[in-house]
Amino acid sequence: MKLIGEKLCAKRGGRVLFAKLSFTVDSGRALLAIGPNGAGKTTLLRMLAGFLRPEAGQVRLEGGDADASIAEQCHYVGHANAVKPSLTVAENAAFWSGFLGGAADRLEVALNTFGLAALRDIPAGYLSAGQRRRAGLMRLLLAERPVWLLDEPTTSLDETAQKVLAGAVNQHLSGGGLVVAATHLPLAFDRAQELPVGLSAAAVA
Amino acid sequence: MKAFWHLVGRDLLLAWREGGAIGVALGFYLVVVTMLPLGLGPDLNLLSRIAPGLLWVALLLATLLSLGRLFEMDFEDGSLEVLATGPLPLEAVAVAKSLAHWLTTGIPLTVMAPVLGLLLNLPLEAYGVLVGTMLAGTPAVSFIGAIGGALTLRARRGGVLIALLMLPLFVPTLQFGIEAVSAALTGSGGFMPAFLILVAISLASVVLAPLAAAVALRFQLQ
Repeated sequence: MKLIGEKLCAKRGGRVLFAKLSFTVDSGRALLAIGPNGAGKTTLLRMLAGFLRPEAGQVRLEGGDADASIAEQCHYVGHANAVKPSLTVAENAAFWSGFLGGAADRLEVALNTFGLAALRDIPAGYLSAGQRRRAGLMRLLLAERPVWLLDEPTTSLDETAQKVLAGAVNQHLSGGGLVVAATHLPLAFDRAQELPVGLSAAAVA
Repeated sequence: MKAFWHLVGRDLLLAWREGGAIGVALGFYLVVVTMLPLGLGPDLNLLSRIAPGLLWVALLLATLLSLGRLFEMDFEDGSLEVLATGPLPLEAVAVAKSLAHWLTTGIPLTVMAPVLGLLLNLPLEAYGVLVGTMLAGTPAVSFIGAIGGALTLRARRGGVLIALLMLPLFVPTLQFGIEAVSAALTGSGGFMPAFLILVAISLASVVLAPLAAAVALRFQLQ
């Protein structure tokens, strides 16, 4: 499986964020979109998820399910966690698992992996920022999807949780999945290549 | 299809847990209808003549209050993005959320209407017809209203904007809802045509409105 971006160009509010951005991510590889604030990392991820149409260029997924869009084959973890404060952690997990079509036995695995098993019956509104982030990341394990799009995944995570996330990502990679992450912090992902995003980056390339 | 019912179920559970939206809508409905006799004076004949219209208009206003929250919570906490990557097209997501809105707002308001009818001296024979027309007409309000909820997602003070955008679109529902009730009361035989048109409006909006709502949602996700 291959995720390919071809000469992508993004405009926000009339300003060009990046132009002629090209990359290929193979199965088992991670791509880290790096760049300063406002460089267009989030825009790139939203483009890959299909929320945003590129001004120019195109995004393709080769070797995936031809009948499904890229959006249906990816997990998108944005800045917001998609966790409902009035539902318990387990209810949140059960809803996303059911909605995204995950197997029921993965629910426990996901809760345990992200250290949320002890918090399962607590309404998510009472969680700390880091715990809520973990509840958001838990979605990655609830349903199997080949492409993971992670926007600043380590925000508010402590060191242990960052290692857990890196472990989950590395396991996903070794299982043939692919990951695109936007970050300005170093992430301990295996087999990662870096992609500088932004106008100045494109000029250098 | 499983995903669809999961989404409807979650929205029902959220409405039950949070309770705020429906509480506000029911409270608003009660307050508006209670104020009307105070403003219009104790003329029972006048009140019973205009009661169906007042109950319908107040119901629309009460529903408007909750439309702003239809997609807003999911938009703010990032759920909408995940819903957009799910197995359902956004059109089906809009259907599920509108359906849940109807079940949690349209039906409770309809059930409350006869109680408020007492305050307005609603004629006894009108109760059944009123509830029937409201049940038939409120799906249109929820489904068309979802367009407004989706359009005003990123607008500040979206609530006022929703009222301006959506109230004109509710005119046909209102018109035929009241027409059906008054035809039944006067026994002029115009009830069935008005009622069937009302049902047709609801059915058409169940099919067509989610298409528009989904376009608005896609735009908001950009």
